[in-house]
Amino acid sequence: MRRYTLEAQNIQKSFGGVRAVDQVSFGVRPGEMLALIGPNGAGKSTCFNLLNGHLKPDGGQVKLLGQDITGLAPRRVWKRGVGRTFQITATFGSMTVRENVQLALQSHRGELARIWSPAWRLRGGQADTLLERVGLAGQARRPCSVLAYGDLKRVELAIALANNPRLLLMDEPTAGMAPAERVGLMALVAEIARERGMSVLFTEHDMDVVFGHADRVLVLDRGRLIAEGTPDEVRANALVQEVYLGSGFEPEAEPEPGEEPPAC
Amino acid sequence: MENLLLQALNGLASASSLFLVASGLTVIFGVTRIVNFAHGSLYMLGAYLAFSIVTNLPRGHLGFWGGVVLAALAVGAIGAVLEMLLLRRIYRAPELFQLLATFGVVLVVQDVALLTWGAQDLLGPRAPGLRGSVELLGLRFPLYELVLIGIGPVVLGLLLLLFKRTRWGTLVRAATQDREMVGALGVNQRWLFTSVFFVGSMLAGLAGALQLPRESVNLHMDLSTITEVFVVVVVGGLGSLPGAALAALLIGELHAFGILIFPKITLVLVFLVMAVVLVVRPRGLFGKAQVAQAAVASVAEPVLGRAPPQLKWLGLVALLVAVVAPPYLAGDYALIVLTDMAIAVLFAASLHFIMGPGGMASFGHAAYFGIGAYGAALLTKWFAAPMVPALLAAPFCAGVAGVIFGFFCVRLSGVYSAMLTLAFAQIAWSVAFQWVELTGGDNGVLGVWPDAWATKLHFYWLALGCSVVGTLALRRIALSPFGYALRAQRDNTLRAEAIGINAFEIRWVAFVLAAGFAGVAGGLFAFAKGSVFPTALDIPRSVDALLMVLLGGVQTLAGPVLGALAFTGLHEQLVRATDYWRLVLGGVILLLVLAFPQGLAGAVRQRWEARRRPG
Repeated sequence: MRRYTLEAQNIQKSFGGVRAVDQVSFGVRPGEMLALIGPNGAGKSTCFNLLNGHLKPDGGQVKLLGQDITGLAPRRVWKRGVGRTFQITATFGSMTVRENVQLALQSHRGELARIWSPAWRLRGGQADTLLERVGLAGQARRPCSVLAYGDLKRVELAIALANNPRLLLMDEPTAGMAPAERVGLMALVAEIARERGMSVLFTEHDMDVVFGHADRVLVLDRGRLIAEGTPDEVRANALVQEVYLGSGFEPEAEPEPGEEPPAC
Repeated sequence: MENLLLQALNGLASASSLFLVASGLTVIFGVTRIVNFAHGSLYMLGAYLAFSIVTNLPRGHLGFWGGVVLAALAVGAIGAVLEMLLLRRIYRAPELFQLLATFGVVLVVQDVALLTWGAQDLLGPRAPGLRGSVELLGLRFPLYELVLIGIGPVVLGLLLLLFKRTRWGTLVRAATQDREMVGALGVNQRWLFTSVFFVGSMLAGLAGALQLPRESVNLHMDLSTITEVFVVVVVGGLGSLPGAALAALLIGELHAFGILIFPKITLVLVFLVMAVVLVVRPRGLFGKAQVAQAAVASVAEPVLGRAPPQLKWLGLVALLVAVVAPPYLAGDYALIVLTDMAIAVLFAASLHFIMGPGGMASFGHAAYFGIGAYGAALLTKWFAAPMVPALLAAPFCAGVAGVIFGFFCVRLSGVYSAMLTLAFAQIAWSVAFQWVELTGGDNGVLGVWPDAWATKLHFYWLALGCSVVGTLALRRIALSPFGYALRAQRDNTLRAEAIGINAFEIRWVAFVLAAGFAGVAGGLFAFAKGSVFPTALDIPRSVDALLMVLLGGVQTLAGPVLGALAFTGLHEQLVRATDYWRLVLGGVILLLVLAFPQGLAGAVRQRWEARRRPG
């Protein structure tokens, strides 16, 4: 078996004179839940956007299943088997929940060029299976525009699973959710990841979520990778403690959600 | 050499007045985000009011310049009232609805001017003391033009001072950058918007008033000005004052020298420049990206569903009547109107396809209608093609144009994309108008009659058939995976890209499809009328299509059908009943915009759904 699903080698990105991501290297192992954490401005979102294709790295390489995907457009990254969810949920408001998932499935099967077959006839069963899996079977016929925020997160998850991804990228998956919902969502993600042998890389502010669900944790600070290891190792790491405590942050306390700079 | 200098000065003079109008439009857009179609009407009102005031005041410097200033102030006041009564209510409506409303104002002002000042051109007095000319390198140049050349930079300087040195100016600049932030800081936005409208309208009025000694005042000043000013504002970058100045200079000189160098393509030249600028710099020369406006963003588009069975039956019955009844009931006139309606429905449906599901506004959809019409007509004229092959060629010609124009248009977004479609439509129009050898120019292509087998009734059935098949085909495409992908990129581009949808390709294909179907409508139109004139692809025809779609409502697939029927019917009745049909039509548009911001079909659907879901 391949050692890494996704591998970042010395990726870097500067904005003006600021090195937002500075020579970062890591790997996501098959089937693992890997958390990317760090104080505000550490470069988490930039790092994420280098992986999903929204930003092109100034240097370094990103490899998916051994293939170079550096600088590929988001839609090409998706076609290689990467699913993603957004920090602020992104679904198609003019479609029902089921249609959202159907469309992702149709896109995965290369059926978007079919201009003459009714869309509702294609991939409906598969969409229902996915919706069942994320616990939304009852909401399938409702328009996405009227859904509660927590449910939208689940719709996004179902959409992201449509291409049978080997890797799921989740940017702040629980931002803006109530604490109880957060745990529920991440438990679901962990379960699905285990079933499918899918790797998950997620950024997160909520330390309960990080230490409760991550197999391993990466810590970024000022664009550099300063620690890597199991949750316990990272918790015990002196440098990590200094970075967080130095910025007046306790790993146990809950920070405000949504203070990351907006993606791209 | 002297000739060149003279042309350069002429260019400067027109640049100066172009800038005056454009500066008002760009300031208004910067703050309110409204593309004000009625800005040209304010300009025209300035000229008419100045005429009335100046001719009623005693002759002399005070009479003339006082009249000009009074006219400008009066137009400013009219603009402010317009803002308070109409636009203030629709700032949160979708962009295109605001456009529709301001177009309603255009229609109303046209007829009010006709009622007040009559149809004949009015020649105003010359400016006192500036009647003569000066000698420049042995050539005579009118003194008034020189003064006009000076006024442009002076106004630019005053405006810059106003914006940089006063609190009001600071607020306007702040609002141009981030309207919500300004609101959050506790600035009274109502007052700010109204005052901006006053200043912007006043500038338009001033420009109009200053034209008095240069040219006659007429009823066509509004639309001819607004297209040119749109070009200036878009080339300069929406909301940018220095951009407007530079673009006015560019366009003014281009006009002046274009006549010398390329007399054959003067009309195309301006729009060609705009197209090139937008392709190279998608936001104009000095345009900046706008801060996203979360709160103003319209509510999510509703789900497109299959029509309720009742509606299907209703449509089927209506169609049946439309097929069976005419031979017994309708005379020749009714058949002509019915044929027009069938063509309009297909034309509107094709525009709706890119506007509704595609989310792309087009101000130039008439281009594809007209290219289809000309394609069919020219085949008949030059190759004596029979009707059927000519009709088949129509969508092909329009589709090819769609491939080329669409490639550029679908890359841009919002107003800039709409303006580029307008530019391409004007290029197509100019070709039809100026390439006299091929198209007959203003005289059009005549004698495009249907084959002998097709009587008026047969042709009506043919048009109805094409229209029904075309509209249903568009509907089917909208509900296919392709149609869903098209809506997906409209709903959320980021998410669409993240599930592998190539937004550019999808938009491009949709654009070409819409062009093709518009071409079918155009081809039918050519044979229905027996002739094609450049009016088949001019701006009013694009606006007609927009009106049909917006009246019917963008959100439903039945919208364009209803809108086309309502518009064609209303238009036909009004033109027959009154000389002032624009006034009535404009009034109806304004009422509809204020009462049903979702369009006719949207309103009906809302009622319907409210009844079905009591409580």
